[in-house]
Amino acid sequence: MKYALYTGCVAKGACRELLTATYALAEKLGIELLELKTVSCCGAGVISEDSPDLADTLNARTFAIAEEMGLGIMNICGTCQGVMTKAKANIDSNEGLKKQINETLKDGGHQYKGSVKIKHLLSILIEDYGLDKIKEKVTTPLNGLKVAPFYGCYLLRPFELSPFQDPDNPTDIEELTEAIGATPIDYHGKLKCCGFPYLMMKKEQSLTMSGRHISSAKKEGADCMVTPCPLCHLNLDPYQPESAKLLKEKLEIPILHLPQLVGLAVGLKPKQLGLQKHVVTPQKITAKIES
Amino acid sequence: MSETTFKIQRFSPEKDKEPYFQEFKLEISKGATLLDCLNLIKWTQDGSLSYRMSCRSAICGSCGVKVNGHAMLACKTQAIDVVRKNKVILQPQGNFKILKDLVVDLTEFWQKVEAVKPWLMADEKTTPEIERKQSIDEFHKIDRASTCIMCANCYSDCCSTDVDESFLGPAALAKAQRFVEDSRDIEKLSRIKELSKDAGIWDCTHCAECSQRCPTDAKPLEKIVSLRTAALNNGVLNNNGARHAKAFVKSIKSSGILNENYLPVASVGFANLPGLLGLIPVGIRMFLRGKNPPLIHHAIKELDDVKRIFKKIGKK
Repeated sequence: MKYALYTGCVAKGACRELLTATYALAEKLGIELLELKTVSCCGAGVISEDSPDLADTLNARTFAIAEEMGLGIMNICGTCQGVMTKAKANIDSNEGLKKQINETLKDGGHQYKGSVKIKHLLSILIEDYGLDKIKEKVTTPLNGLKVAPFYGCYLLRPFELSPFQDPDNPTDIEELTEAIGATPIDYHGKLKCCGFPYLMMKKEQSLTMSGRHISSAKKEGADCMVTPCPLCHLNLDPYQPESAKLLKEKLEIPILHLPQLVGLAVGLKPKQLGLQKHVVTPQKITAKIES
Repeated sequence: MSETTFKIQRFSPEKDKEPYFQEFKLEISKGATLLDCLNLIKWTQDGSLSYRMSCRSAICGSCGVKVNGHAMLACKTQAIDVVRKNKVILQPQGNFKILKDLVVDLTEFWQKVEAVKPWLMADEKTTPEIERKQSIDEFHKIDRASTCIMCANCYSDCCSTDVDESFLGPAALAKAQRFVEDSRDIEKLSRIKELSKDAGIWDCTHCAECSQRCPTDAKPLEKIVSLRTAALNNGVLNNNGARHAKAFVKSIKSSGILNENYLPVASVGFANLPGLLGLIPVGIRMFLRGKNPPLIHHAIKELDDVKRIFKKIGKK
């Protein structure tokens, strides 16, 4: 199994531990990754507000480069996955736009054909790798660990672009959680927005939003939350002390990136997964796993 | 066919302190909509059950309710499609004060729609001979938002309204787009300026709940994005949202990848001292864990090609 890894900006910036964990997990599972190093940001739904054509063209360039490598794209960011899927749908459904984009790409030596496959790590683990094979790789089943999945908007909506069969009732993270021995829990905030996109516009509202989700997970007994989107992680982890203050509640729920959670079960050490980098320390859960 | 349990939220302000759930059993007949089921329950089991309805044809927008946690039109939903484990949970729309059972107080919703001045402000100095005509293309810019039936499903499930009751909300903003982009309207710029203020277009999180729950083609999120594009293209930039978007694009243009140290500072504004001070605690927290973005920001390889694309598409 081999993929073109699209890191996204955050895994190169404020969530470098996500990239560390991705590489560690891929190696452990025998998934080969070739990092896309010449591609740009997907635009995160922001560039398209300034110029939809620019955003689509930048994404088409990324797709073309992956096509040249003959590999499918692996995303490790829910937002990148959602934005790229949307860009692909825009271009594939509009021949005129595709032609115009390829005209722009031509001078850089690229052409977008339309064959590229774009998948998030979550879908790759479940659909391509397979839960049975993951179960075989588990050396440290996370028995007793209660995990609250936090899906993030971009993997859920709009439904027609979501990788999930029933995006109002997704089960992917739950199935993966069970495959590694942990217990998924249901809670009010599971499919809600983390608030990150308007953190810079409405800080208090944004952090109230994320705080409420953490609080609802905690009330249902979660030991930790896990998210396939590092932007969600950024609102849920580094800002958690502010959210707690706004809610006047003690939160202290560690927020794991998806490959970190799986990594713990397949025998990777917390340090190999960059868990020491989190603001809310996952020490309690790593102790629980080790005991 | 077996009976389905309808778990319906009840509340009568004159006698109940809190809303509670009541269960009704009903056999769902073939082709029955949720509204058909509600009617049957009311007619045969409990006449005091209250909900709104009128046209039964997804035109009037009266019968929006939360079904298993998400807003839908009862008349447009096949009951059998929303049965989960032999159960359907019905609640009033969210983000509203409950008047009784499934009926909510829409006053704020209508006030916000009114606040965007949802009427055409054409040039009254020139009276056209017959009518103010539009081209087909001009019409297509506004016809989708015009399909809104004001059911308030978008408002019900809006995550931003949930934490900020001042937010204008998706329906009002979709309505605003219909006039901002109307070729006959002469108040485009003043409308955009008004909409760029607090509680307006930049206070949406992009969660897409509104478009997902919209039963028509109005799809509010797309309209909000369209309004943001109009604001950015018309130079209405003096707010965190527009600054954030511009700084984001600038960052990608200069290095291909986002500079996460630059973006927050540029978004709050370099001259905004309280805003900048607000970034310090989280910055320190992240720095202490080694979670801060790299202090030296590296550009992607082959940046020249990305810059060439920026140049060609005209965003210099």
